[in-house]
Amino acid sequence: MPSQYLWLIPILPFTGFLLNGTLGRRLPRAAVTGIALLFTAIPAALVAWLWATMKAAGAPESISVVSRPWIAVSGFQVNFAFAVDHLTLIMLGVVTGVGFLIHLYSAGYMAHEEGYWRFFAYLNLFMFFMSVLVLAESFLLLFVGWEGVGLASYLLIGFYFTKDSAANAGKKAFIVNRIGDFGFLLAMFLLIAHFGSLSFTQVFASITAHPELQGGFLTAIALLLVLGAAGKSAQIPLYVWLPDAMEGPTPVSALIHAATMVTAGIYMVARCHTLFDRAPIALTVVACIGAATALFAATIGMVQHDIKRVLAYSTVSQLGYMFLACGVGAYGAGVFHLMTHAFFKALLFLSAGSVIHALSGEQDMRKMGGLRKKIPVTFWTMTMGVIAIAGIPPLAGFFSKDEILYQAFISPNPYGKLFWAVGLLTAGMTSFYMFRLWFKTFFGPEHVEEHASHDHHADAHFSHGVHESPWIMLFPLVILAILSIIGGWVGVPAALGGHNELEHFLEPVFATAAPITTEAASHGLELTLAAVSVATAAIGFFIALFFYWMRPGTIGRAVGGTKLYALVSNKFYIDELYGFLIITPLLAATRLVLDLLIDRGVVQGSGKAAGLATEGIGSLTRRMQSGNIRSYAGWLALGAAAVIVVMVFGRFWIF
Amino acid sequence: MVPIAYYLVLAAILFSIGAASFLIKRNIVTIFMSIELMLNAVNLTFVAFAHMWHQVQGQIFVFFVMVVAAAEAAVGLAIIIAIFRTRQTLNVDQINLMKN
Repeated sequence: MPSQYLWLIPILPFTGFLLNGTLGRRLPRAAVTGIALLFTAIPAALVAWLWATMKAAGAPESISVVSRPWIAVSGFQVNFAFAVDHLTLIMLGVVTGVGFLIHLYSAGYMAHEEGYWRFFAYLNLFMFFMSVLVLAESFLLLFVGWEGVGLASYLLIGFYFTKDSAANAGKKAFIVNRIGDFGFLLAMFLLIAHFGSLSFTQVFASITAHPELQGGFLTAIALLLVLGAAGKSAQIPLYVWLPDAMEGPTPVSALIHAATMVTAGIYMVARCHTLFDRAPIALTVVACIGAATALFAATIGMVQHDIKRVLAYSTVSQLGYMFLACGVGAYGAGVFHLMTHAFFKALLFLSAGSVIHALSGEQDMRKMGGLRKKIPVTFWTMTMGVIAIAGIPPLAGFFSKDEILYQAFISPNPYGKLFWAVGLLTAGMTSFYMFRLWFKTFFGPEHVEEHASHDHHADAHFSHGVHESPWIMLFPLVILAILSIIGGWVGVPAALGGHNELEHFLEPVFATAAPITTEAASHGLELTLAAVSVATAAIGFFIALFFYWMRPGTIGRAVGGTKLYALVSNKFYIDELYGFLIITPLLAATRLVLDLLIDRGVVQGSGKAAGLATEGIGSLTRRMQSGNIRSYAGWLALGAAAVIVVMVFGRFWIF
Repeated sequence: MVPIAYYLVLAAILFSIGAASFLIKRNIVTIFMSIELMLNAVNLTFVAFAHMWHQVQGQIFVFFVMVVAAAEAAVGLAIIIAIFRTRQTLNVDQINLMKN
């Protein structure tokens, strides 16, 4: 594909956004759907073409297109530049491919919603910014996409803006991300100060050209970038927005808050691997954050009752995995998991959406059950997703997760074994909570008679009863289910008889990354580790099987009242802690300083002072305006006398 | 030949008397007269300068002023009579119906 067509990939969804955003209100629904789907299908096709071009023998490792200067001040220049290498290609494939499938699904899921055109306009806007983000060749353009997807995320979380909780969740996501973006901005300033450029090629080339640069300011830049990535990818301590983001419509959760946007942080870290490789401290921080988040979120995920919240915490946990992979220098494994996760998590969210759709808006798993027969297609596709995420071979999740665990185990990092143990524990917990969800939703007694209207979604088809979703929703599910099954086969490690094609595919990008350890010697170890993690997943499954299939209810009675359960099910009171530690003092300071001192003191005070001064002067001068003709005449005579005095004697004063 | 300064000083004295009595007096008729006095002070300076420069414009201007003053006196006195008939007073301080 000629490089000048690269522009089309982001521009087309933007056209869709403009069309639907301006005219959508007046267009029929079919036209809105047509526009939205067409302008995401063409980029997907373009990416497929691009993929074919770049896979061809002798194709360049990266192609780029550069505009005229965008910002040019003395000695510093940023262009609108797009570049595609193999890493970008994978991201583009995920974004446009999964994006298109979710657009298709949304056409069915949102069919009865108010603001249909608005939803698709926002989705197309998101696709535009996300493609800008992954195509960008400079930190600044990446930041444009970064902020843009944040905006689209905010708009879509708050899609049901009449609902307070949705509006607040949108604000929370936006504000928490601001903290991360602040770090990103500072990192960019440091980059400008030290390298005089924001272009990836230039910055990384000058890092490579100076092997003496180790740690120091590179660590500072890397840590600030990590702050940005932690915001976007919902890592500790900025993960709190993602579970609340589930207030948005389910396709949004699937597209933005599982498959694409939240992986932007991992993409960014992988993109900057040259920088991170020189900052071992920052890498260790990344790995620690990742491991802690993975474990922490999985713990919370085990006790949630809202089906979407379970998936949300699962997403946070899996993102932690990817962070962990990047932290131990296994960027390829991180991107691999990013890709497979995009498949199976999008699938899980969309299936959950299909379940919610079937139950007319019910999201509480305690009110579900026995849906296996009623919605068989959803059941089977979701089963594929559950098995894939639980890490059971040969589905996608197994290969990518195992790769991460293996890389953590053999990494030269002194905490490598600890990271591995945490990852393994998390894998077990993941398996447990996913099968818990599975059993609670599809097995056991039915509770579906009660039609609690919980969501906006409920109103439109309240009386339909439990029903399978239309084919426009099931088709994406089936495609994603197939991808969840076979998606991992591109990265089968050599120990299991594969070639790990993905690793080799990404090699040109990560060539300068940490040396890949000798593979032949560790096949036995890798197989052992794989066996251990499969066993862990199986244990998770059997625990779930025991407590939610064989003896349902026992675990609820056993732990329901304990303090530990209360602690976990209240999400460790992190929101309350943040509220107490940050928001309350901030609000108090705001009220005291900004409101009382600045607003009421300075701003209102100066207004009042001006008013009082005017009044005072007025009360003096209004005596001139007595309404008495003779006093006016007196002033007139006085003025005339003054003019004469100035004219006669003035020259002596002035000259 | 009388020097011009004499005329000017006389005119200034007349004008000051007129201005002062305009400010001080309360009777409308007196105020009216003081306005005439000021006008005539100005007229005096006009003719004085006209004489000094041997030019006729100043004298012509004086005729204009006198015509306007006569017309004004006619209208003004009519108004004064009308006011006296309705208000039974000529004190300007008491003619304040429009005030407040």
